[in-house]
Amino acid sequence: MKLFNFSQSRSLWMMHFCTGCGAMEMPPTMTSRFDMERFGIIPMATPRQSDLLLITGYLTIKTLKRVVRAYEQMPTPRYVLGFGSCTINGGMYWDSYNVIKKLELYIPVDIYINGCMPRPEAIIDAFLKLREMIAKGEANAWKKYIENYEWYKKNQSEVFDVEKWSIKNEK
Amino acid sequence: MSILYFFLYLLLVTVIGLLYMGVARKVTAHIQNRYGPPIYQPILDVLKLFGKRHTVTHGVMHSLGPVIAYTGIASTLLFLPLGNHTPLLHFKGDLFVVLYLLVVGPLGMALGAGESSNPNATIAMARALSLMLGYEIIFFMATLPVFYHYHTASIYKVIQAQGVFPHWGAIIFPISFLAALFALQGMMGEKPFEIAIAPHEIASGPMVEYGGKYLGLLQLWHAVGIIVETGLLVDIFFGPQNIIWFFIGTFIVFYVVILVNAVMPRFRIEQAVRFYWGIPLLLAILGILQVYIWR
Repeated sequence: MKLFNFSQSRSLWMMHFCTGCGAMEMPPTMTSRFDMERFGIIPMATPRQSDLLLITGYLTIKTLKRVVRAYEQMPTPRYVLGFGSCTINGGMYWDSYNVIKKLELYIPVDIYINGCMPRPEAIIDAFLKLREMIAKGEANAWKKYIENYEWYKKNQSEVFDVEKWSIKNEK
Repeated sequence: MSILYFFLYLLLVTVIGLLYMGVARKVTAHIQNRYGPPIYQPILDVLKLFGKRHTVTHGVMHSLGPVIAYTGIASTLLFLPLGNHTPLLHFKGDLFVVLYLLVVGPLGMALGAGESSNPNATIAMARALSLMLGYEIIFFMATLPVFYHYHTASIYKVIQAQGVFPHWGAIIFPISFLAALFALQGMMGEKPFEIAIAPHEIASGPMVEYGGKYLGLLQLWHAVGIIVETGLLVDIFFGPQNIIWFFIGTFIVFYVVILVNAVMPRFRIEQAVRFYWGIPLLLAILGILQVYIWR
C-alpha cells in the first residue's frame, strides 16, 4: 500500500478534459516554460487511464453531466482538483442560471486552487500539495463518493436527469 | 532450472525496456526544451497501474487481450539471442517463428480492443493491421539478403556466421540495413507511423477502454517489444556482441528511432502504406539485387 501511494504520488495521469476558461492556463503548465511532466504528470486521452480530473473553471449543467459520467469511469483511487473561484462558490457566475455554484455537492474534491485565474505557478504548487497528500494517504475524497453515493446522486438529480447520464454498477 | 532462467531473463528485459521508455521521454523533453521526468518514471507508472482497482470489464476477451499480447512478446524472447549469448531455443528457421510471434501482440490487442466495441479502438486496430502490410514486407525483404548470404534461417547461426567489426551484416549490406531501419520505425509504432495510437486523434486507439492492470500489462508489452524489435535488428546486422555491447547497440538503434519520433508529424494511414511501398521497398529490392549480383 505504501509502495502504491508512493508510485501514485509520483505518477499522476491527468484527464485531458478541460472545462471553462481555466483550460487556457494548462498549455503553459504542460509545455517548456513550466513543464509539469518533470513531476510525472501527463495528460491522458481517456478517463479509464487517468487518475486526476481537473475541473478548470465554471461548470455549466450541460458539462456537469459529462463530468459526472467521466468521473464514474475512472478507476478508483481517483482525485479531483477544483480550479479557480468558480468551482468554490460560482465566482463571477454567482447569479448565473445554468452554472453550478459548489462543485463539492456533485463530486468530491481533493484540493482547490483559488483565484481567477490561478497562474501556472499556483497550479504546480497545487500538484505538489496533492502529491504530498497522496504520499501520506490523506487524499481520500474518492471514498466519500462511494460511501455517500445516494447523497451525491440526490444532489445531481436536482440539476439533471441522473438515470439517463450515470453508468450502472460503476461507483 | 531453465524456466527460472527464462523468468530472470524476462525480468531483466522488461526492466531495461521500461528504462528505455524513460530515456525516450527524457530525450523528447530535452528536444522540446523541457526538463522531463526522471528516467525511472515508467517503472513508477507501471507500479501505480498495477495498484489501481478496476472493477469494470467488457468481457473475457477484453481482459485476456493484454495477457495474449504480453505472452506473445515474452515467448519471442525464447528465440531471441542477446548478442552471442545462446538463446533457450534455436533451430533451423526460427526467424520465421519470431516473425509470426511478433504478430501475436497486435492480434491479442485486436481481439481485446474489439470486444470493448469502442469505435476508436476499432479504427485503431484497422490502422495497425493495415500498417503491418507496409513494414512486415520491408522488414522481411531487408533481412532476406543476410540469411541468403549465410545459408541459414536461424538467428543464432546468422550471428555466429558474422565476424568481428568489418564483417557485420550492416557493413556488407548497407542498403538492406537502411531499409530495415525504415521498417523498424513502423514496427515500433513511433512517429511518423504512430497511426494506431494517435492520442490526439482517436484517444490512444486500442488502449481506449483499458485502465489499471490491463494498461500496466500493455506498458510491459511495449517495454519488452522495444528490446525485441531493436534486438532483432542488432542481432541480424551487428554480429556477435557480448551482452553489454548488445544493449548498447539496441540503445543506439532506439535512440535513432526516438530522435526521428521527436521531430516528425504523423502520417495518415494511406500515406504511410504508400510511403513504405515507395523508397523503402526500392531499397529492399536493391539489397536483394546486391546479394544476387555479388554471389
